[in-house]
Amino acid sequence: MSPSHGTAPPACKLLVDGLTKSYGSVVALQPTRLEVPAGEFLTLLGPSGSGKTTLLQMICGLVEPNGGRILIDGRDETRTPVHKRDIGLVFQHYALFPHLTVAENIGFPLRMRGVAASDLDRRVRDALDMVHLGHLGDRFPKELSGGQQQRVALARCFVYQPSVILMDEPLGALDKKLREHMQYEIKRLHRETGATIIYVTHDQEEALAMSDRICLMNHARIEQIGTPHDIYARPKTAFAADFIGVSNIFRGRIQQDEGGAPILVTGGGRFRLSAATAASGQGEASLIVRPEQLDLDGEGDNEVSGEVVDTVYAGSETRVLVALGDQSTITVRLRRGMSPPPLGDRVAVRWRSDAGVLVS
Amino acid sequence: MSAAILHGSAEGGLRQRLRFGPLWLAAPGIAFLAVFFIYPVLRLLGLSVQDADTGAWTGDHYARIVDTGVYFRVLMGTFRIAGLTALFSLLLGYPLAYWLAQLPERRRGAMVLAVMIPFWTSYLVKTFAWMVILGRNGVINGILSAGGLPAPEMLHNEFGVMVGMVHAMLPLAVLTMLPVMTGIDRRLVQAAETLGAAPGHAFWLVYFQLSLPGVAAAGLLTFISSLGFFIVPALLGGPQQTMLAQLIITQIQEMLNWAFAGALATFMLTAALVTCWVYDRVFGLSTLSGEGARRKTGGGGMRKAGQRILSALAALTAAAVRVTAPVLGERGRDRLPAVYSTLVLVFLVAPAVVVVPIAFTSSPFLDFPPPGYSLKWFEVYFGSDLWLGATLRSFGVAFATAILATLVAGLAALALARSTSRWRGAIFALFLAPMIVPRIVIAVGLFYLFAQIGLVATDLGLIIGHTVLALPFAFVAIAAVVKGHDWRLDQAAATLGANRVQTLMRVTVPLIRGGLVAAFLFAFITSFDELTVAIFVSGGVKTTLPKQMWDDMILQLNPTLASVSVVVFVIVMALLLIAERLRRSGR
Repeated sequence: MSPSHGTAPPACKLLVDGLTKSYGSVVALQPTRLEVPAGEFLTLLGPSGSGKTTLLQMICGLVEPNGGRILIDGRDETRTPVHKRDIGLVFQHYALFPHLTVAENIGFPLRMRGVAASDLDRRVRDALDMVHLGHLGDRFPKELSGGQQQRVALARCFVYQPSVILMDEPLGALDKKLREHMQYEIKRLHRETGATIIYVTHDQEEALAMSDRICLMNHARIEQIGTPHDIYARPKTAFAADFIGVSNIFRGRIQQDEGGAPILVTGGGRFRLSAATAASGQGEASLIVRPEQLDLDGEGDNEVSGEVVDTVYAGSETRVLVALGDQSTITVRLRRGMSPPPLGDRVAVRWRSDAGVLVS
Repeated sequence: MSAAILHGSAEGGLRQRLRFGPLWLAAPGIAFLAVFFIYPVLRLLGLSVQDADTGAWTGDHYARIVDTGVYFRVLMGTFRIAGLTALFSLLLGYPLAYWLAQLPERRRGAMVLAVMIPFWTSYLVKTFAWMVILGRNGVINGILSAGGLPAPEMLHNEFGVMVGMVHAMLPLAVLTMLPVMTGIDRRLVQAAETLGAAPGHAFWLVYFQLSLPGVAAAGLLTFISSLGFFIVPALLGGPQQTMLAQLIITQIQEMLNWAFAGALATFMLTAALVTCWVYDRVFGLSTLSGEGARRKTGGGGMRKAGQRILSALAALTAAAVRVTAPVLGERGRDRLPAVYSTLVLVFLVAPAVVVVPIAFTSSPFLDFPPPGYSLKWFEVYFGSDLWLGATLRSFGVAFATAILATLVAGLAALALARSTSRWRGAIFALFLAPMIVPRIVIAVGLFYLFAQIGLVATDLGLIIGHTVLALPFAFVAIAAVVKGHDWRLDQAAATLGANRVQTLMRVTVPLIRGGLVAAFLFAFITSFDELTVAIFVSGGVKTTLPKQMWDDMILQLNPTLASVSVVVFVIVMALLLIAERLRRSGR
């Protein structure tokens, strides 16, 4: 287990070091460093074309990098052929072999590893039980529903206990209800097996719900990496704030008021900043305020006013869209118990000076 | 058929029942095939169990085949040659199809054309070319003797037959396997590799198994087509390589022994049908490929055995890779498929290329390379009433055949496209059947029928015979396009006020135009190249171009044949390129 020559500490399951890839003049991934400790559930999140799939495919060996290294358990695996890498990949469209039964599909990686027949049968059965498909081993994949096929794909991956499990938008083809259920299932498998999982998605809710850490990617590089709460509460860039959750962004310039207190001067007004908030930016900056930090006709030392243009009822909460004087629109979460204001009403939106995050 | 649903409309009751149901559109084709395909073939089979004089039932003709050593040897020899042809076509063709399937789509189109050209080149032209290449003073021996090497005998023996047969069947094998292979999801191979399968294992255990339906279909088609061959064995083989179809022709043309010919035809047809049946049942491919969830009764053991064989092949491949890796190197390994495929493509295209210079030779012999060049053999061709008459007749017959086949097949394809009738599968099979039943069987059956109704040596007889043979090709071409047709557009036309005829003429037909034109051209080429029916049905001066070539080739090879070959080749290629163009723009 303990590497004799690697640079990574033993707890680091996967180390991506300076990995880069370009196709002609198009850079698919800028030199990237990423450390994944053993047992972590890390999500690569980003819009399409952000490099997350390229990174994943290089880790599993389907795409060859132009530079950099991949270390698994401290061993350099950069040039190891796909089939000799100890990784598991769950494909977006499952990639179940249509000519093999469910049990044969799950047994495939074991056969490739020369596992003895008796042991193989037992492990396949265990894997089937683990995904609650014990009774469907003799079926062919196309006889199963989408959710069941996804479970088979998971079982086929978990059955041989690879060092790292990669999942490429595995729930993309499922409907919302089933997707949520499968999220829970994958979390459970992660807990039960203690596997190290790298999960690719472009769905920010999925990333928030499942991950130990999120690696947010944009323009072929890592934008920010941290726990879901970290990224939601303390986005480092406007992109991060905008991509995860709903954000209201006020662009402006940091200055000091007559009393020497920090303020943000924007086209829509001057906003007070707490000392802690102001510390994270200087000069041109954007203030990020979440809808739940804004209050309609409530408390707060900052204020903007505008006209109610829409209300969005989302079951557990109601959001009010307020158009400001400068053509921008902000989103405010309605306080519990408050009835939505009629469209066209003029309202004052307030927030506290220590709410929100400043990004450059 | 009354239950057929029109345009998905839910109108019920009497009106629905009285409506011109779409399946009726197939009726002209069904009637045509019943009279000019099913009846003649069955009649021929009937003749084989009747006494020629008394009409009483008898098994004498079959007993004679089995008892007479010569006939039985020909029977076995036919199966042997057909089997070997299918085997070599698969072995040579599989890597080529594999390579073509993984090319990017645009490059693949160009390369596939190099397979299409020999596919549609007349068998007579191809065989003529091989006679020139393999002959005693042919191209290869010319090269060998120039190098001071002994000149082996390559013609009129099994080698010559096999070269000609495999060359004739290889394009069919490749074109049958290719769609299956392009349909395989390459990500499955990647998936296998991420699961720990070495490239050899991933290929045999995943890709190869998924390609098996194509392999089996290619084996089936090449075997059945080879069974009925007579051009290649007659011209490239010796007496030892006589095949069943040649025997049938002799029985009819020289002995007028219908009953015995019928018995021979029965053997051939039975072999073809048994092969089809084997394909469907014993191979159990639908189970192996996971296609239908056919119950795994009995197939389980077979499947296990198959898996074990493939695992062994995978292990062998891994060993072979280990041994050859140091020799080839990484670059060599990556280039091997392209090099191999190029060689096979050269093998496919070369004969046509060799014929061209000979057409322009100044010599009265088939020397290669020609000692000098002239146009005199084209002058002979264009100055001969016999050749020109045959050419014009072939054009006329092909044109009429193409119109008839396209019309009948088009109606049938439209009828079947949206039918949910339980007759659908049977009708589909009927329209493809003339491709499965050996041509010689159809031709002899038609000859018997035409002799009774006075259609022998008439253009109409030729047109009817050729239409039977061309129907499957036209049907497949149209059905492929109709399958991709968006029927909601027809519904849209209907909601916008178009009646059914207007919808058909203004929406459906323009949209499937590519398929219709392709069908027309394929039918045209089929007829223009056709020899089997022509041998019997075109008599005397009313000869067709292929028949005239055949007669000349049997009597005496001469450079006029080369110039005729070039003319035929150019015409067919032009039509093929037009069809290909239209097919693409039609998409």
